[in-house]
Amino acid sequence: MTKSDPPHRAPIRRQPRDGVHLAKVTLAHGGGGKAMRDLVDDVFVSVFDNAILAALEDQARISLADLALHGDRLAFTTDSYVVDPLEFPGGDIGKLAVCGTVNDLCVGGALPLYLSCSAIIEEGTDLALLRRIARSMADTAAAAGVAIVTGDTKVVGRGSCDKLFLNTAGVGVIRAGLDLGAHRAEPGDVILVNGRLGDHGAAILAARGDLRLETKVTSDCAALHTLVGCLLEACPGVKFLRDATRGGLATVLNEIAEASAVGIEIDEAATPLDPEVKGFCEILGLDPLYLANEGKIVVVVPAAHAEAAREALAAHALGRAAAIIGRVTAGPPGRVVMQTAFGGKRIVDMLVGDQLPRIC
Amino acid sequence: MKYVDEFRDPEKAASLVAAITALAGPLAASRGRPLHIMEVCGGHTHTIFRYGISGMLPPEIELVHGPGCPVCVLPMGQVDDCVAIAETPGVILTTFGDAMRVPGSQKSLLQAKAEGTDVRMVYSPLDALALARDNPEREVVFFGLGFETTMPSTALTLLQAEAEAIRNFSLFCNHITIVPTIKAILDSPDLHLDGFLGPGHVSMVIGAAPYGFIAEHYHRPLVVAGFEPLDILHALWLVLTQLAEGRADIENQYGRIVPPDGNAAALDAITRVFELRPFFEWRGLGSIDHSGVRIREAYARFDAERKFALPSLRVADPQSCQCGEVLKGVIKPWQCKVFGTSCTPEAPLGALMVSSEGACAAYYQYGDLEGLRTQHAVGAA
Repeated sequence: MTKSDPPHRAPIRRQPRDGVHLAKVTLAHGGGGKAMRDLVDDVFVSVFDNAILAALEDQARISLADLALHGDRLAFTTDSYVVDPLEFPGGDIGKLAVCGTVNDLCVGGALPLYLSCSAIIEEGTDLALLRRIARSMADTAAAAGVAIVTGDTKVVGRGSCDKLFLNTAGVGVIRAGLDLGAHRAEPGDVILVNGRLGDHGAAILAARGDLRLETKVTSDCAALHTLVGCLLEACPGVKFLRDATRGGLATVLNEIAEASAVGIEIDEAATPLDPEVKGFCEILGLDPLYLANEGKIVVVVPAAHAEAAREALAAHALGRAAAIIGRVTAGPPGRVVMQTAFGGKRIVDMLVGDQLPRIC
Repeated sequence: MKYVDEFRDPEKAASLVAAITALAGPLAASRGRPLHIMEVCGGHTHTIFRYGISGMLPPEIELVHGPGCPVCVLPMGQVDDCVAIAETPGVILTTFGDAMRVPGSQKSLLQAKAEGTDVRMVYSPLDALALARDNPEREVVFFGLGFETTMPSTALTLLQAEAEAIRNFSLFCNHITIVPTIKAILDSPDLHLDGFLGPGHVSMVIGAAPYGFIAEHYHRPLVVAGFEPLDILHALWLVLTQLAEGRADIENQYGRIVPPDGNAAALDAITRVFELRPFFEWRGLGSIDHSGVRIREAYARFDAERKFALPSLRVADPQSCQCGEVLKGVIKPWQCKVFGTSCTPEAPLGALMVSSEGACAAYYQYGDLEGLRTQHAVGAA
């Protein structure tokens, strides 16, 4: 190996080094020298262990013929993760970074295959924490059947980032003949979700601690590729899928209504909510429709397939509380309306910024 | 969910709407116009839009969304002062979440924060006091705003700061009081209001007695109302019942929270710490006598107005803004010249577009604007 080799692709089979004994990451770990090589080997490469990463090149090399076995189009996506706190009930930034990118691939109908992992680490971050997060990424990736095949590490000075930022890019392959798209919704189509909404948003807000609210809510962070696989198999007529992450259900519905130039009407009484999340929102004056999810998809299907889709979702562990929540209408294009459980109707628009708790 | 679902029962709602409709028809017919009922409090406005209550009511009832959103009526000059405090070196400025986006003449607190000032969102003034305790080398300023609902917690926090002899805590007091403002609205010549839904949580502190003059001198019914959707319908039905019986009384629908005489301990804390200002500027409504409070001389060392050199400039509302007419119920939000064009929740020109409790923001977010405009055009034709 030469000096110019990126340290994170240093040979896994080389003489094992001692590993990192310090308790905290220092700027030396970002200097490109031995300390950095130790950090990368010890914390990341050792747990992400796989054949492509072990080839130790500047890039992951993937056989086109192997990819083509799965379909006829490559899906490619990237997402950055800056969640605070790094560890929260139901997950951590590592699990989130794997699940989020796997989900972004699978809602396009792609089989997720390979991820990258780029870590930006703040000087002073606990190494034990970093190890836990790398382990969580490795475990989540293994469970999701994807390999983390390339990566990068940077260490920045205190205050230049908040402990740890992760970026994962992902590639997957879309099966021939599958065409999911936000533009395909038509009046009469039915809208489903695979379970209770807002758990992740509520869990993160509570875990930040400044609300001093105690709640048992845990993040719904999960890789949804097997759920999506079951759904597409049972119900090939599915027109569109999207994971309802930041901005929540309300944002995805508005995106569909806009892209397809249709109206959407949802029924508040049919929208699944954990009573604990509902209570959390009541206290803070938040609207659960806008809370983030990390394990929920919105599904658009023709009405004739709606019940089959619901059954397929409900048969999977990640879709037990699946529900039909509304329908696509010929109403004003771009307009999302909610029939309230109280008997009225209201418009569900996109938020301007963050939801801010009200004064009184 | 207990204590929530009971107050959102659609069957009870339907029977209340039927009862309201039966009363509203003859009352509107005798006046030759729809009934105008003002909900004073921004919390009520929020409930009305969130549950789609306007659309459930018969056309003979028009709800007028009043001035009871403390964020909406905050004048630009006060926001400018607050930004000036936040930009003072060494200061941590703390405030409630929805005050962050209120536009000043130059910037909002959210923009000031983005520029590097230390502005933090808190959920209680006690959180601000805790910050002062934890950061003895910094001056922690709490931007206190709201009606009598939030006044007691601010007052008690100040008393706590005094008891602990905390020196690095102060209050920028923008608390306001609703009763003089209701009076100013009633004195406005271009107004036709038939009755009021009274603010629930203000009344929890001050009781129902301070509204007596509305019934006695202005002969309008007022019903103190809770914030659940059934509370709103129930209180509307009570107002209409009074009108049908030719009465104008002060009634309390929110008895489960509001005691007739208010909360003596809260009132005592308010009185110890605050005194009425001769006048206070309201966005959209102008200066109203005795409508704001300031910190008494005895607590001057906690007063940010005294601690900091503030620009204290009065900044006129933008001329195209018709917030005042909307607040008084003279026009509907969507009838304003700039509504939804140069004034939107993304770039609010007027106060009512800022907070989710503001009538304009609520219409913009929850209302069926095309429907309303069409209806209005048909009505006008």
